[in-house]
Amino acid sequence: MESRQVYMDHGATTPVREEVLEAMLPFYKELYGNPSSVHAKGREVRSAFEEAREIVARSLGASAEEIYFTSGGTESNNISLRGTAKKHGPSGHIITSGVEHHAVLDVCHDLEKDGYRVTYLPVDGDGLIDPQAVEAAITPDTFIISIMAANNEIGTIQPIKEIGRIADQHNLLFHTDAVQVVGQLPVDVNEMKIDLLSLSAHKFNGPKGVGALYKRKGVKLNPLYSGGGQEGKLRPGTENVPGVVGLARALELSVEEIPEKKEKLELLRDKLIKGLLEIDDVILNGHREKRLPGNINVSFKYIEGESILLSLDMHGIAASSGSACSSGSLEPSHVLSAIGLDHHAAHGSIRFTLGRGNREDDIDYVLSKIPAVVENLRRISPMGKSK
Amino acid sequence: MYNEKVVDHFNSPRNVGEMDAPDAVGETGSFKCGDTMTLYLKVTDGIIEDVRFQTYGCGAAIASSSMLTEMVKGKTLDEAMEITNKDVADQLGGLPPLKLHCSNLAADALHNAIENYRKQHGS
Repeated sequence: MESRQVYMDHGATTPVREEVLEAMLPFYKELYGNPSSVHAKGREVRSAFEEAREIVARSLGASAEEIYFTSGGTESNNISLRGTAKKHGPSGHIITSGVEHHAVLDVCHDLEKDGYRVTYLPVDGDGLIDPQAVEAAITPDTFIISIMAANNEIGTIQPIKEIGRIADQHNLLFHTDAVQVVGQLPVDVNEMKIDLLSLSAHKFNGPKGVGALYKRKGVKLNPLYSGGGQEGKLRPGTENVPGVVGLARALELSVEEIPEKKEKLELLRDKLIKGLLEIDDVILNGHREKRLPGNINVSFKYIEGESILLSLDMHGIAASSGSACSSGSLEPSHVLSAIGLDHHAAHGSIRFTLGRGNREDDIDYVLSKIPAVVENLRRISPMGKSK
Repeated sequence: MYNEKVVDHFNSPRNVGEMDAPDAVGETGSFKCGDTMTLYLKVTDGIIEDVRFQTYGCGAAIASSSMLTEMVKGKTLDEAMEITNKDVADQLGGLPPLKLHCSNLAADALHNAIENYRKQHGS
């Protein structure tokens, strides 16, 4: 219908930036060697690969031997949780939260079937986890705490440093799914007392299908796969060299740009939030301040999320929703339910996630289109009678 | 995801809104996914003369509601009773499999409206 395209779904994925693609291309062409090979073709790739590891380590305040490359956040989470559980023994206790990504939650559900116990901590109305509740949940057989660094849907930033300190004091492993945070906010694994951290390249303008796991030196876990000796046998398989090189370049660039990008996105975010809240019967989901720089999540009362997404799409605006109908399931988002939204408010949720490509006129454009979209859908809705 | 006809009915839904002094009102709701629909009928001599709807739901639910209103106008109550949810989806040219359940409200609301009409009018 309209030619203008405004992409505000950077929480789903981001475009690969030009510098990253450029860094990757030689590894699809002349630098095609297998890093495990002894010959020159292999060796030149090995050195670039290890340099990428150094870069990732530096970005997290870690050392190179603590970085393991994986296929992405999901795999890093699986290795962390399943790997430590199997190492720990046939049973044990895991502490996590009810608002984790499915790549943690569903692993925990699986582990429950295998005989482990899992505590899913609740969150408050803003989506925050109480560190004291984490501490209170610890039992003699607890071996790991896994809490996401920030929520992918509502953007709430968790008190990771405090939770890391608690884990450390109790001699427990601390894993964090930092997929939404790495490249957006500073992360230091030592300052935050993190033992295991998952990250994914495509969330910070890197390629899809590649991620990393930070594993503190000395942390023991059982690998999920058997195979060659790659990645210290933790994740065997011939390395995704172009992907890893792209991940490192993207991470290096985004970490360097965090201060300016954070400031810019927060300004845009706050402007969009302010504009959206001027529409009648709109509520903000997630914490007002402790929030990812580019995350906006609101619920429009009396109307349903998928129909809002469709209408926005007609205007070239790409966003996402926590409604059941947009996910193909019958249940609305577990995160929105966990912060206490009723079914209708959860179904009427829309998430805009901003990225480095967004400008102020994108915000103006969205704010110029959305009131009519909402009004139109409310006119159709039997619940919008008063409107 | 949706075909052109569905998108057209979603973008320009027919017969939207409340009706003044309807002869019958039908309601339906999916308890699970939360979609709800209200259908208003104007009936003269056993024929559906006019129809209006209001729907809370996704694109498929809104398009199905709109499609149904086009299908029932001018039909007798007996004919309208025969319309199924599948008929509505077929008339739309099909829906993605995952969205089929979202269309299962339009014919239900219609049947509910006709039943209510018959209860009131004893026919």
